Amino acid sequence: MYRRALTALFATAATFTLAQAPPVPQPSPAPPQPRFLVLLDAAHGGDDPGGHLFDQPEKAFTLALSVRLRSLLGARGIQVLTTRESDSTIDPNRRAEIANHANAQACLSLHATETGSGVHLFASSLPPAPPTRFPAWKTAQSAFITRSLALAGVVNSALLHAGLTVTLGRTGLPAVDSMTCPAIAVEIAPDRSPGYDPADSFNDPAYQARVAEALAAALLEWKTEARQP
Amino acid sequence: MIPRYQTILFALLLAASVVMGVVLWQLRERAHQRLLHGEDSAPTQAPQVAPAEQATLLVASDADNSLLTQVQTLPLPQDPGSRARVILGKLLDLYAAPETTHPVPGGAASVAQVFLLPAPALNPSPVIEGGRDAAEGVEGPAVASQRALLASKSPQPDGPQLAVVNLTSAFVAGHPSGIEPETLTVLSICGTLHANLPRITQVRFLVDGLPRPTLAGHTDLTRTYLAADAVPTEGVHP
Repeated sequence: MYRRALTALFATAATFTLAQAPPVPQPSPAPPQPRFLVLLDAAHGGDDPGGHLFDQPEKAFTLALSVRLRSLLGARGIQVLTTRESDSTIDPNRRAEIANHANAQACLSLHATETGSGVHLFASSLPPAPPTRFPAWKTAQSAFITRSLALAGVVNSALLHAGLTVTLGRTGLPAVDSMTCPAIAVEIAPDRSPGYDPADSFNDPAYQARVAEALAAALLEWKTEARQP
Repeated sequence: MIPRYQTILFALLLAASVVMGVVLWQLRERAHQRLLHGEDSAPTQAPQVAPAEQATLLVASDADNSLLTQVQTLPLPQDPGSRARVILGKLLDLYAAPETTHPVPGGAASVAQVFLLPAPALNPSPVIEGGRDAAEGVEGPAVASQRALLASKSPQPDGPQLAVVNLTSAFVAGHPSGIEPETLTVLSICGTLHANLPRITQVRFLVDGLPRPTLAGHTDLTRTYLAADAVPTEGVHP
């Protein structure tokens, strides 16, 4: 009984002494770098196969591209968050929720189609609007349209630099329209260069690598622009 | 041993059942014949040949993601709703043709109806039922129908119109999947409607009379599209 009381007394005294001790000078920490995070949204998945790309579903191609791009970005020191890592069904609203919680600096919705050629880049067709504290869910992207168009411009330049055909457009895509980040939809179409079978595009690792490398270069450029004051 | 009166009763009931079955069958046949005669397929109104007029179609091209203006001469009815349907039918016939720049099967039969309503204002007040849907330029189906109903109570004869395009499920099922082809189809429909009926400023889509989330997995079909936005200013990328 006495021993326990004595221990408590010593502990109180020690705490009091430490609290009274002069503070040890700490080196001032460097200002934290703003976190740069990229969200990769592999479209479709699970019960939703998406379109048919000659001999494979769109969901498989977008997942493979997402995994490849994640590796490339990771190698460049860019933090990446993906909406799916397997063949799972994810609602468009859930995709936007993931993006909005992550507070990413770039959101890429990855798609593929048999139609057209090269790479199609789409920003939301919502009209630009000033940011509000409680944006409407279906038009949350409105406040980021200007940044999304700038991101599309950077990606466009990188893809053109890589020798790819690019078409730019605006569209209404449910997941992208609800994202509160600079967001674009990247749709990979077949390579229709002369002498090249478009049907081979989605199974050609070289074509996929070229697209993924260009996207990674674009996001690195976007990161550099984001860091500039 | 079964009593004699029971045997006779059973026989009578069996005979009655057979007779009733025969009578029922004859009544059914008679009713069927009556229905067939009731369907009078003879035309009640002489067909009128509408005069041929020029219609401007905004034809999509998958190759360069563009809408190109094309002028076609075709017979057009005077009623704006029917006129819109005929024009869209012609546009979708072009897409179903073999040498098309934007292949989509289905043709003219893919447009079930086009309804024209007074266009609701696009600056909704913040307090609206289903507020998650309410925003500038984009509304959920419930909010839009409510607005259309409210607006229809005070119609302006020359005011802007909302076109509700009712597509068939067969058209949607056969539509190529992809952001580009779906967006081009939606924009070409909106732009064609606005080019020929300038009072149409907003367009909404239904499929078999019901709202549908996307056209073929990508482009949003629940939003109200501003028809003027679809018209390319220089004939290129929408």
